[in-house]
Amino acid sequence: MRLYRDLTIRQKQIVWAWAFLAIPIVFYTVIRFYPTGNAILISFQDWNLLGARTWTGLDNYTTLVSDPVFWQVFRNTFVYLLLGTPVSLVISFVIAYHLDKTRFMHGFLRMLYFLPFMTSAVAMAWVWRWFYQPVPIGLFNNALASVGIPQISFLNSTTNALPAILAPAVWAGLGFQIIIFMAGLRAIPRSYYEAARIDGVSTWAVLWEITLPLLKPTIVFIVVFSSIGFLRIFDHVFNMTTNNPGGPLNSTKPLVLMIYQTAFSSFDMGYAAAQTVVLFLVLLAVSLLQLRILRDR
Amino acid sequence: MAVAEELRPTSDALLKSKAQRRPANLGQFVRWGLLFAGGILMVMPIAYMISTSLKWPHEIYNLKLIPDEPTIENYTYVLEDGRFFWWFVNSLVIATVTTVSNVLFDSLVGYTLCKFRFPGRYIVFIAILSTLMIPTEMLVIPWYLMSQQFGWLDTYWGIMFPGLMTAFGTFLMKQFFETVPDDFIEAARIDGLNELQIWWTVAMPLVKPALAALAIFVFLGNWTAFIWPLIVTNSVEMYTLPVGLSSFGDEADVAWELIMTGAAISTLPTLVVFLIFQRFIIRGVVMAGLKG
Amino acid sequence: MGFSRLKALALASATSAAALLGSAANAVEIEYWQYFFDARVSAMEQLIENFEAANPDITVKMTHFPYADYRTKVAAAIPAGEGPDVVQLFYGWLNDYVAADLIQPLPEDVFPADKIDAEFFPMVQAMKEGDQYWALPTAVRSLALFYNERLMEEAGITEPPETLDELIAAAKAMTKVDAAGNVTQVGVTAGMTAQDHHWWREVLVRQFGGEPYLDDYKTVNYNTDAGVEALEFYVGMTEGDTPASAFGFMDEPQAAFKAGRAGMHIDGSFRIGSLADTRGLKWGVAELPANADGMRSNYSSYWVNAITTKAEGEKYDAAVKFMEYIVSDEAMQIWLDVVGELPAKPSVGLTDANANDPVFGPFIKGLAYANTTKFADESGQRQAMVEMVERMTLQGMSAAESLAIAAETEQKLLDDYYATN
Repeated sequence: MRLYRDLTIRQKQIVWAWAFLAIPIVFYTVIRFYPTGNAILISFQDWNLLGARTWTGLDNYTTLVSDPVFWQVFRNTFVYLLLGTPVSLVISFVIAYHLDKTRFMHGFLRMLYFLPFMTSAVAMAWVWRWFYQPVPIGLFNNALASVGIPQISFLNSTTNALPAILAPAVWAGLGFQIIIFMAGLRAIPRSYYEAARIDGVSTWAVLWEITLPLLKPTIVFIVVFSSIGFLRIFDHVFNMTTNNPGGPLNSTKPLVLMIYQTAFSSFDMGYAAAQTVVLFLVLLAVSLLQLRILRDR
Repeated sequence: MAVAEELRPTSDALLKSKAQRRPANLGQFVRWGLLFAGGILMVMPIAYMISTSLKWPHEIYNLKLIPDEPTIENYTYVLEDGRFFWWFVNSLVIATVTTVSNVLFDSLVGYTLCKFRFPGRYIVFIAILSTLMIPTEMLVIPWYLMSQQFGWLDTYWGIMFPGLMTAFGTFLMKQFFETVPDDFIEAARIDGLNELQIWWTVAMPLVKPALAALAIFVFLGNWTAFIWPLIVTNSVEMYTLPVGLSSFGDEADVAWELIMTGAAISTLPTLVVFLIFQRFIIRGVVMAGLKG
Repeated sequence: MGFSRLKALALASATSAAALLGSAANAVEIEYWQYFFDARVSAMEQLIENFEAANPDITVKMTHFPYADYRTKVAAAIPAGEGPDVVQLFYGWLNDYVAADLIQPLPEDVFPADKIDAEFFPMVQAMKEGDQYWALPTAVRSLALFYNERLMEEAGITEPPETLDELIAAAKAMTKVDAAGNVTQVGVTAGMTAQDHHWWREVLVRQFGGEPYLDDYKTVNYNTDAGVEALEFYVGMTEGDTPASAFGFMDEPQAAFKAGRAGMHIDGSFRIGSLADTRGLKWGVAELPANADGMRSNYSSYWVNAITTKAEGEKYDAAVKFMEYIVSDEAMQIWLDVVGELPAKPSVGLTDANANDPVFGPFIKGLAYANTTKFADESGQRQAMVEMVERMTLQGMSAAESLAIAAETEQKLLDDYYATN
């Protein structure tokens, strides 16, 4: 232990840091990094899971780039991101902000908003799919019909299907974001608000000048995490389009669904691995970009 | 000298007393009304789910909220299934253990990445974050091979091991530890506490809301996990709840009324966990008069 | 990563463990895998009981798991060297399993090809490669026309339709449209996502004079006049002022039928179980309609049992005996009684009792003229059909054009598959 005591404070910090990180790093390496490296390797091979593997170099990638379905899927994935993240961010913040200021039956309301997040995704997908059905079964179309508006084809339309599927995904995720926001709001010291009240600052200004800036770490977390979530969307799409996955005509298919089908329907592991690598790079790029932008401000 | 940081006292008693001091105004009322309406809209689909679970199969396609012929037959069918008890217990054990593991390890790693300066810090953070970017569907095969090699198939450990630490939790905790002022840490160091003690006795209590949120999410995520438990289990007694419930359908037909019933039943434990932990999120920390 | 090395390792440990256990009780234990479905599991348990009683030195251990992601599950297990001695697989996967060296052909002395040809329904021959059979089914399924007795009565139809024209007429009579033009009841269900793509391929195309595939299902051949006519007939059911059907009605064809809002519904025999449970639904079954010349066709699919390459020595012998039993007449009758799936042999299927059964009869009769499609990628090929119809309904494409695209898509799937297998 003489050696340890002789270290500078700075160096002791480093020792402690790595000591804390030791087991987790081993864990992540074995459970995540090694299999990921394996997946990258497979992307340069041809493997149908049951037979031998053969090297094919960049073949999988060139096939990918020239596959029109891939580009549509790529576009879909970004639409999920660009629609989903801002909408859910704003809605969940507004709700969390007001919920925070409410006293009466606060716990009950909070539970109502969180319930969708806790419920089985499969069950909810089925219910929403039924909501979207045409007359005489679908709730939404029945409502429209009762006020004389012609019915809308939600899931059977190549233009409406994606937003129609995004809606329950956003709906389910709201509870999660609301809770995180509330935890963040609660972490802001009351003294700031007290000082503002004494100075006679308006509620709006308090929101913009005090609350939001202090919520920055929370916002960063939610933006990055929900972006990753929307880019990786799978369960909701799969559960709502079970009979015609990613349909109609690939208009709702995100990248992860394409990977899943390639791997477990077509058993083309090499091709699926190549798609996974692409997804990984996209996610990495988007996340790093967001972290960079949100940090500099 | 640091200002006495009075973090928000948020116990319910204090909240109530504050409310009494301020008269309710129209704005408050409208706000409450809108939130309540929004809340009802939020749970509509769940109401339909429960309503379906109370219907006979021929009625499930008519989307009426109140069934013409309500029945608890579905519930008795599911609950009387002897295997149901095991599925429930398995899920409970696995979700609990992974939650505890995540709360400990994710916060340790998050704390380290936040409060320590050391070479490679950013790389480690990005590396861990990057594990979120590989869909688990692709990792299932290597995990299976690993489990088979080490004899973890069909065991609790086999089901649990991939989820013991997550990048999500680490990221969350790191962000929340950012809100803990460095002064506190320094003060504790000066007081002679070692790093482990500082983490456990000083930093952790300050991020209880985040820990509670983490606990809820990890529990929920593991409670509802499907693909991996499906693949790693062989015997019916080892199934987790989602896997077991999915056996109420086969290639030709899915018994939706039973799925809805199963979903309704599965929601209960997560609801309980939520109700227990959510108070910590709002209770926050009362730290009166800490002087620097 | 040596899958073969892992497999060898697993094999070595398994056989040595078996040797230890085997020597203790002198009993051979073999493993059987199938997917979980109450009725199938109880039927198999019965079969295992009977088999073990007749063969006291063999025990059979059955493992099953939920159907959802059955393929994923098996696909993950087998490369890892886990696996049964006798496995149940969908007939469509046979090529994959053979190519990957997972199963071995059935021994010719016990299962000679000409004997099997003669004893089983003809479509089982899809399980033959050259002169050897690789797998055999205990039970098969086919398609038939389900009809709602009450709705037929309401529309004044006394007999289920015998021909395609009668089908359309009956369907039009039973389709109801409300004041705003929305369909509230369909005469016959339609949807390529269900069984209709089988009906179209193996039945309609043939009935309009075509042959859907050539070269043992390696070449797509429905891009012909017959194919166009068949497609126009199919999509035509949903068009016009008095439609006979509607796509996407009530989400799934079988949902519409179960809810009592569809007069007729083409589906497989596996639907019988859940319809029987549906209270308040009075339904009957009829053979699939013939064309104007009286020609009938049907599609049959089945799950087969095969012996894996893992089975060697004593286990192999035991596995052969087990296979023999589970495709015996006795086993098939038990399966029919417990699971409600059709026997694979005429000797069981065409007995008076079975062939004239009001529910099973039409299905069994259909087996005599059924074809089985050899799929390379069933979900992919089904998707091609789904999209073929979607291009017409959502993008207004003509039948001929959409058909050509579908044929090209499917041919590519087949070519890709057979290039590496």
